[in-house]
Amino acid sequence: MAVMRYQEALRLAMTEEMERDANVFLCGEEIGQYQGTYRVTEGLQQKFGPMRVLDTPISEVGIAGLATGAAMVGLRPVAEFMTWSFALSAMDQIVNHAAKITYMSGGRIRCPVVFRGPVGRGGQLSAQHSMSLESWYAHTPGLKVVAPATPADVKGLFKTAVRDDNPVIFMEHTALYPQRGEVPEDPEFTIPFGVAAVRREGADVTVVAYSHMVGVCLKAADLLAQEGIECEVIDLRTLVPLDMETVLTSVRKTNRAVVTQEEWKNVGFAAEVAARIYEQAFDYLDAPVERVGGADVPMPYARNLERAAIPHESDVIEAVRRTMS
Amino acid sequence: MEAAIKPETDGATLLDLYRQMLLIRRFEERCNALFMQGKIPSTLHLYIGQEAVAVGVCAALKPDDYLTSTHRPHGHALAKGVSARAIMAELYAKATGCCKAKGGSMHVGDMAVGMVPAIAIVGAGAPIAAGIGLSAKMRRSGQVVASFFGDGGANEGALHEAMNMAAIWRLPVIYVCENNLYGASTPVSQVIAVEHIADRAAAYGMPGVIADGNDVLSVREAAREAAERARRGEGPTLIECKTYRLCGHSRSDACGYRSREEEAQWRERDPLLIQSRRILAMNAATQEDLDRIEQEVTAEIDDAVAFAETSPSPRAEDALKDVFWEDR
Ligand SMILES: Cc1ncc(C[n+]2csc(CCOP(=O)(O)OP(=O)(O)O)c2C)c(N)n1
Ligand SMILES: [Mg+2]
Repeated sequence: MAVMRYQEALRLAMTEEMERDANVFLCGEEIGQYQGTYRVTEGLQQKFGPMRVLDTPISEVGIAGLATGAAMVGLRPVAEFMTWSFALSAMDQIVNHAAKITYMSGGRIRCPVVFRGPVGRGGQLSAQHSMSLESWYAHTPGLKVVAPATPADVKGLFKTAVRDDNPVIFMEHTALYPQRGEVPEDPEFTIPFGVAAVRREGADVTVVAYSHMVGVCLKAADLLAQEGIECEVIDLRTLVPLDMETVLTSVRKTNRAVVTQEEWKNVGFAAEVAARIYEQAFDYLDAPVERVGGADVPMPYARNLERAAIPHESDVIEAVRRTMS
Repeated sequence: MEAAIKPETDGATLLDLYRQMLLIRRFEERCNALFMQGKIPSTLHLYIGQEAVAVGVCAALKPDDYLTSTHRPHGHALAKGVSARAIMAELYAKATGCCKAKGGSMHVGDMAVGMVPAIAIVGAGAPIAAGIGLSAKMRRSGQVVASFFGDGGANEGALHEAMNMAAIWRLPVIYVCENNLYGASTPVSQVIAVEHIADRAAAYGMPGVIADGNDVLSVREAAREAAERARRGEGPTLIECKTYRLCGHSRSDACGYRSREEEAQWRERDPLLIQSRRILAMNAATQEDLDRIEQEVTAEIDDAVAFAETSPSPRAEDALKDVFWEDR
């Protein structure tokens, strides 16, 4: 184990996978010479050369299609979006081509591509630079969706993403990049998809989260513990595949659930988790399932407006209290 | 720049090119009849009139080269070597089809012969072709990729991003524009301001070549040069093939947007006519040889139809398979 930042753990995972498999390469804007807008790819072009750390034009459609095509014929591309907000123009390549080629070909073509990049709100970057839209990707058959919350997870899940034979949507959170944590140094350390982690045990309310909201929920749980309410905080880690079993086991114990997400609440991923709890554990519930999510507005610029549009510990605490009342 | 035709081609090759074009023509005519009879569902975009483009380009490719196709892919598939059986069975929605009845007409293909399952989103194949070219370059495999698109497709942004990428990295890609004068019903002159789509190549720093899309030798010559250039590591070429769709755009298209005179003029330049006249004029074969080829082609299509008719349908539970690679 070594203590490192989330960002460093991700870079270590990239380095290890590129050393392990010569078919793995990175492509994206500003990732090579400039070493990444968030410094995730620092030093990698020096180490692996300009072909395997490929600086691209500002062409999101091109980047996504390039990676998809290369993946169909033997390579394992890792395509970076400078932020996931910019992936919208590439949506056709991701949804219509990468996600469907295995199915449309009757299971004859594999497409092992990782689309990765930062997501995140809270930096006053306003309306066009603050989206993650994970629900859109999770909605699409053929995509796996990963949203790691810790340095160890970002390493283990990234390595699994690279080794997976399907397109993977990999969302890092800008607020998590500088966070430190223990990370296994073993180059064979991986974390399987579809296995949620119980981050805190508790008997009273199940709180479901992923990505940055895991930390928010853990803080809320600490505060609630002072009032004698014990939350069980579950980190989904991957939205597709989704580990409902861990969630349901917890709900059968606590009989209450709060599902959280940072992205817009309307038709968001938390609604899917809540619906499945109702479908599969209705008889165990003592209270309606609560949802916590971002306000359904384009992200505003002013600090106080932005704060009002993002879910905080206080929102989680209120939701937990509502399930207890 | 116009591709010059070198008439050194031997008789057997001329006949083989004719045979491939005839197979596509008769295949498409049969598809149309089967569609009218209700045996083939969905919709069809037929390739009648454009056969010289697919056959000419594929004649310049090696078996392990790749191509990406469009919503009008049957001709590309046959020319690249996908079997008539596998395509027909796919159109019939049978389990023996090249996509196991999950793709249909607009997605036929077979990676085993280098044909990427067709991409029916207009213009979207161009970046994927660049990626395949990048892979060939990185693996130093010497393979090239031909990427087909229409005059309509020429106006998609994806094409611009892809051609620029292919040019800056000198990827081994041949961008083949089949300018058949219409995107669905829209005349090309209404939506493109330059006279030749090939002129746009200059903006990317790649050669732009115009070929007679109704003459298989003209197309093959342009494609050969582009393939050689790509294999030498010199990068992509844009070839514009001037051609004409001698059928409707898709099902039930009465072609009210174009004149019967225009159609008649292009019918005189039917690629099959051009090639058969050339063969007879050069004494490369006799009319009896051509008739024999006609019979062989008919037999191959009869066989494909019989195969499709007698093949099993997919099982309903197969609908849930193949979403992920591990769930096949
Ligand atoms: C992105 C996209 N927009 C629209 C369509 C519908 N569409 C299918 S074919 C076609 C015309 C294409 O024209 P062209 O590229 O010239 O090819 P052609 O049909 O002439 O072979 C259109 C608009 C589509 N399939 N994809
Ligand atoms: Mg057209």
